[in-house]
Amino acid sequence: MTFLVATAIAIVRMRCLFAVVMLSGIYSLTTAGVFIILDAVDVAFTEAAVAAGVSTMLMLGSLTLTGHRQAPARIAPILPLTVVILTGVVLLWGTSDMPRFGDPEAPVHRHVAPRYIQDSPGEIGVPNMVTSVLASYRGFDTLGETVVVFTAGIGVLALLGIGGRRGRSAKDDPDDVAKRPTDDHE
Amino acid sequence: MDWIGQYNYYVVFFLMMTGFYVVVAQGNLVKKIVGLNIFQSSVFLLYISMGKVQDGTAPILLDGEAVYSNPLPHVLILTAIVVGVATTALGLALVVRIKEAYGTVEEDEIRERDDDA
Repeated sequence: MTFLVATAIAIVRMRCLFAVVMLSGIYSLTTAGVFIILDAVDVAFTEAAVAAGVSTMLMLGSLTLTGHRQAPARIAPILPLTVVILTGVVLLWGTSDMPRFGDPEAPVHRHVAPRYIQDSPGEIGVPNMVTSVLASYRGFDTLGETVVVFTAGIGVLALLGIGGRRGRSAKDDPDDVAKRPTDDHE
Repeated sequence: MDWIGQYNYYVVFFLMMTGFYVVVAQGNLVKKIVGLNIFQSSVFLLYISMGKVQDGTAPILLDGEAVYSNPLPHVLILTAIVVGVATTALGLALVVRIKEAYGTVEEDEIRERDDDA
């Protein structure tokens, strides 16, 4: 967990975006490790494959199109820092009401979870309870998730153009060259 | 010794605020999206920390008696990770499009250009 904090601070301080993206990959992988320690194996491998892998690839892809350097900040970040620290203090104040870490009597564990743990192997016949809850009890949720991913895919295609504009830079694109002079005049 | 019991939550909230700070204070759009990712995974950590049971094991059926961690947060977070990647992809596509239209991904330069127009 402490390693996560160090990585996050490094991400805030760095200006080279390539290093930032690489660090965010490391960050996701560390998170996956923490998930394994916290017994969430399914979540861990999703995080490692999807978040650490696919996200980092997407970010690298867009970095090649947008450039690697971040401009130095022009204004002092006092207002955002104040807002952030205030929010953080409120959240920390909230933890004083939370149950202890790993407490088996916490309210989270007393609602529907015992039913899933006791009955799902018999009802669904899959030994992995995460899978049976995901695919069966909360199947509609998962359907909604696929709809979201599909919509995002359509959105990306609509934004970038279906003809594979990604590979070309903005200057080679006939559409953009046509648009650009008018943008400058306005 | 109560603070030990809440240590995970403290780290989670620190990470959450780090991500929030990056989103609010940094001008570069790609970096904002990295900040959004940090924020997201801190929320995931919060949920998974809640699902952990002391001496529990992963919620995969074992022979005989066993204490399992809560499978429900795991399911929710599985969904959330995939949705998070979809958001990241959409955000990055927007950034690329902004770069094509404005020639920059720095927020203040984009503002200047809007003011000039």
